[in-house]
Amino acid sequence: MIRPHDSIIIQTLGRFIIPVVQIFGLYVLFFGQYGPGGGFVGGVILGTGMILSVLIFGHDASRSQYARNILHADGVGMLIYAGVGGLCMIGGGEFLNYADLEIPGLETASRRSLGIVLTQIGVALDVAVTAVSIVFSLSAEEIMENSIDG
Amino acid sequence: MIFSYEIILLLLLLITAAGAIMVKDLMSSVLLLGSYSFFLALVWAWTGAVDVAFVEAVVGAGLATVLFLLTLFRTAPKDTRLRRPLPSLITLIVFPLVGVLLLYAASDLPGYGDPNSPASVHVSPTYLEQSYQDSHTLNVVTSVLMDYRSLDTMVETVVIFASGIACALLLRRHG
Repeated sequence: MIRPHDSIIIQTLGRFIIPVVQIFGLYVLFFGQYGPGGGFVGGVILGTGMILSVLIFGHDASRSQYARNILHADGVGMLIYAGVGGLCMIGGGEFLNYADLEIPGLETASRRSLGIVLTQIGVALDVAVTAVSIVFSLSAEEIMENSIDG
Repeated sequence: MIFSYEIILLLLLLITAAGAIMVKDLMSSVLLLGSYSFFLALVWAWTGAVDVAFVEAVVGAGLATVLFLLTLFRTAPKDTRLRRPLPSLITLIVFPLVGVLLLYAASDLPGYGDPNSPASVHVSPTYLEQSYQDSHTLNVVTSVLMDYRSLDTMVETVVIFASGIACALLLRRHG
């Protein structure tokens, strides 16, 4: 179990910096089509923001609620990615060929662009959940030791 | 003098990598590894691979350092001293030989940025020319990863998912 950090400096800084990190993660995620970045890096930054809140405010703080809740989304990112592929197959094409996404009023290139955005969201969600999940796994045994000691 | 920047970066890489191995305290070793990742990210950015540099800086210096430190707090809180035996005679003979062999082989590689090298005449020109018309994506790296090579990226996602599940299975047995 990770307890809240004592230092008031770190607590204040965390309160200020975590939203900035999260917004930067979203920016990197959605700007990946126009500059460096993309689903993987964006997901890692989003996950790192949540890990930071767990490290600073502890497991049980209300600020870490988001990090605890997102663990229920394990596998959803993969589902989104494969689901986009499945939608392409429903549209009558190959698996993950975004040109066959059945969206009226979009030309082929825009469909591909949309498919890239959707799959990037899937990758980002998967990576973020995995990062938070590994941190929770690494601090899981301490919960057990504490319950034995106390 | 771009050349001297390169030399300085590579020297820093060597120093931090050697330091991460030689240092006795595991905590300093982890932090040196993080700085090694930062210098490596600078090298990637210098060679023009900005996406790789981004991933290296975020994952290598950020996330991996946090995971290493959390592991360190769990496994070895007190005794962090390591005992390293001297390298054996075979190691001293074989490793320089392998190094010489690799240097010899490296002389056959195409030059840096050579437009006629096999890597830049096969499919890369098609990607660079067709990317925007095909998918309205300016960043060619993203369109290669997410569109042209989409299935590979999906299986990578499966690997990441599996690693998270494996960590949970191994570490949360009693939870």
